[in-house]
Amino acid sequence: MNPTGKPEFVYVIYIRTTAEKLWHALTDPELNRQFWFGYAQECGWKAGSPWRMLKPDGSVADSGEVVEIDPPRRLVLSWRNEFRPELHAEGYSRMTWLIEPQGEMVRFTVIHEMDRPQSKFIEAVSQGWPQVLSSLKSLLETGESLRRWQPAA
Amino acid sequence: MVDTTKFKPKTVYVTYIAATPDKVWAALTSAEFTKQYFGGFAIEVEPKAGGAFALRYPDGRVHISGKVIEWSPPRRFACTWLVEGMKDFAELPECLVSYEIEPAGEAVRLTMTEAHSWDVPPGILAGGQSGWPAILSSLKSLLEGGKPLAIQMAPPQGFMEAVKEAIATKPWLRRAGG
Repeated sequence: MNPTGKPEFVYVIYIRTTAEKLWHALTDPELNRQFWFGYAQECGWKAGSPWRMLKPDGSVADSGEVVEIDPPRRLVLSWRNEFRPELHAEGYSRMTWLIEPQGEMVRFTVIHEMDRPQSKFIEAVSQGWPQVLSSLKSLLETGESLRRWQPAA
Repeated sequence: MVDTTKFKPKTVYVTYIAATPDKVWAALTSAEFTKQYFGGFAIEVEPKAGGAFALRYPDGRVHISGKVIEWSPPRRFACTWLVEGMKDFAELPECLVSYEIEPAGEAVRLTMTEAHSWDVPPGILAGGQSGWPAILSSLKSLLEGGKPLAIQMAPPQGFMEAVKEAIATKPWLRRAGG
């Protein structure tokens, strides 16, 4: 929750990599499975493309569509949970990735917003993103992602 | 003694690090590590509750000073922060910075919480919100790969103005707004 009371999750992480390599890791299903604890996105990565997040067993965890895309700098998705009824009921959230190169590294910002007060969905993704992004940074910098230690939200 | 119940968490940053709790503890509390990832500052800490705490510039001047509130290796380390090393900043009330280290499978979850005793304006909170991700990203790189990140740190836009205004109007003298 930000100071204005709007449900919003903002996370910044610096990763020693290039914008292109980060974009590739974010959009390649095989690399997704490595750092996203077995989850992978399925998408054509064009404006208007349908977007889905698949669980390790292939079932659909989340769905939405590409709202804006500017590789390897910026992506905006609409994003709705598909497997927890109370989160699904909140409808579509808006998720933004911003990638800014800074010398030998990139500054990567994830913003996840829901246009309603007291969002349980934003609460859930606020737990998940730090795990996923920490694992992504480990993978890109050391070649090894973090192991899963609890069921992903 | 500092009444920590007056401090409300305002900025929280969580990162997961492939390291042991002892390694993360050492990285947070020893100068040899902090000099590498924490903007060049060397930590100096008396290892007990009530002990003195400082972050020093490479030339030895004090940047931040405070008191240790909690010293529970390798799980919790909390201290008060007063910015001494910048003009007029020491007029701002001290804040409370806590680190919590929890096992998370083969990794650890590190949670940094910056708490304040007054209704801090967003322009001042922006300082920590831009600084902590850089500091803790660099810490993670250092512990996992042996090399910190060389992140150029500068106060965010509007930060200095927000500090100046707070020092001029001293809103913490009014009853805390929560």
